[in-house]
Amino acid sequence: MASAPIASQTLPAEWRDFWALTKPRVLSLVVFTGLCGLLAAPGHIHPVLGFTAILCIALGAGAAAALNQWYESDLDAKMKRTKNRPLPAGRMERQSALHFGVGVGVLSVVLMGFAVNLLAAGILLVSILFYVLIYTVWLKRRTPQNIVIGGAAGAFPALIGWAAVTGRVDVLPVLLFLMVFLWTPPHSWALALFVNSDYAAAGVPMMPVVAGTKATRLQAFLYSWPMAAVAIAPWPLGLTGPIYGVAAIVLNITFLALAARVGFSREADPALMKAERRLFGYSILYLFATFGVLVVDKLWFA
Amino acid sequence: MVRLMALDPDTQSEIRRRQKSRAIITALLLGAFVVLVYAISIAKMVK
Repeated sequence: MASAPIASQTLPAEWRDFWALTKPRVLSLVVFTGLCGLLAAPGHIHPVLGFTAILCIALGAGAAAALNQWYESDLDAKMKRTKNRPLPAGRMERQSALHFGVGVGVLSVVLMGFAVNLLAAGILLVSILFYVLIYTVWLKRRTPQNIVIGGAAGAFPALIGWAAVTGRVDVLPVLLFLMVFLWTPPHSWALALFVNSDYAAAGVPMMPVVAGTKATRLQAFLYSWPMAAVAIAPWPLGLTGPIYGVAAIVLNITFLALAARVGFSREADPALMKAERRLFGYSILYLFATFGVLVVDKLWFA
Repeated sequence: MVRLMALDPDTQSEIRRRQKSRAIITALLLGAFVVLVYAISIAKMVK
C-alpha cells in the first residue's frame, strides 16, 4: 500500500520503539557485569544506592545504544539483522532518538554523580562518550579494528560497579576491564564471520570484509590467548580464591578449544559455519559464567 | 507538524492511542523517579 509509509511517518513513535532503541539484550549483559563488579568489590554500599548505580549503568548503556542507532540508521537500513529497528523501519523520527539518547545519557551521569560518587559518574560519562564518539562516529566506518578499540566501551560497567562501592579503581576491576576488552574481538568476529554478507552489503569495514575470513579466524583465535591469561590472572595474583581460579581455567580452556576450531576452520559458507556459531554462543555464556563465579568466590571467601 | 483534523478517523484514533500509552509510561517513570529520589535521600541520611 502506497500510503502506509507516509502514515507511519506521521504517527508518534510507540514507547516500545524507545525501549528497542536501548538494545535490551545488550543491556542485560551490561547490567550483569556492572552488578558483578559491584558485588565483588570490598566494602558496603546501601542497597538503594547500589540499585541506583546499576540503574545508572543501564540508563547510560541504553542512551549510548540509542545514540548509536541515531547515527547509524543509514547502515542499519542496509542490513537484514538491523533493518527492522525503529529508525530504519520508519517508526520513529531521528530527532526523537537523538533527544531520547542525550536526555537519558545526561540523566544517568547526573544521577550517578549525586547519588553514588563522582568517580563512578566520570567513568560512566567516559564510557558513553567512548561508545558514541570513538566507536560509532570515528572507528566503525573507518577501520576493521573498530571493535578492538570500541570493545573498551563494553568493558566499563564492571569498573563502574566497583568504583560505585569503593570510590576507587583497583587491580581486579582493571583486569576485568581488560578481560572484556580482549573478549570483544573473538566474540564480535565470530558473529561477523557468519553474518559476513550483511556487513559487506552495508559497507562496514568489519574484519572479514576487509581482511578475509582466514585472517579474521586467526585473529579471533590469537586474541583468545591474552584474554584467557587476563581472565585467569586474578587467582595467581591472590585477588580471588580457588573457586574462581578453577572455574576460570575450565571456562578458558573451553573458550580456547572453540576458538581453535574457528581458527583452523576452512568453511566458506556462512550458513554452515557451526564452529563460529558455537564460539559466539559460548562467548556469551563464558562472560556470564566468569563474572558469576567471581561473585560467588568473593562472597564465599569474604 | 501534522494537522490531526486532516487525517482519517483510523489514523486519528491510532495517534490518540499512542499518545495515551506514551503518557501513561511517562507518568509511571516520573512517579518511579520521585520515589527513587526520596529513597536516595533517606539512604544518604542513614549512611
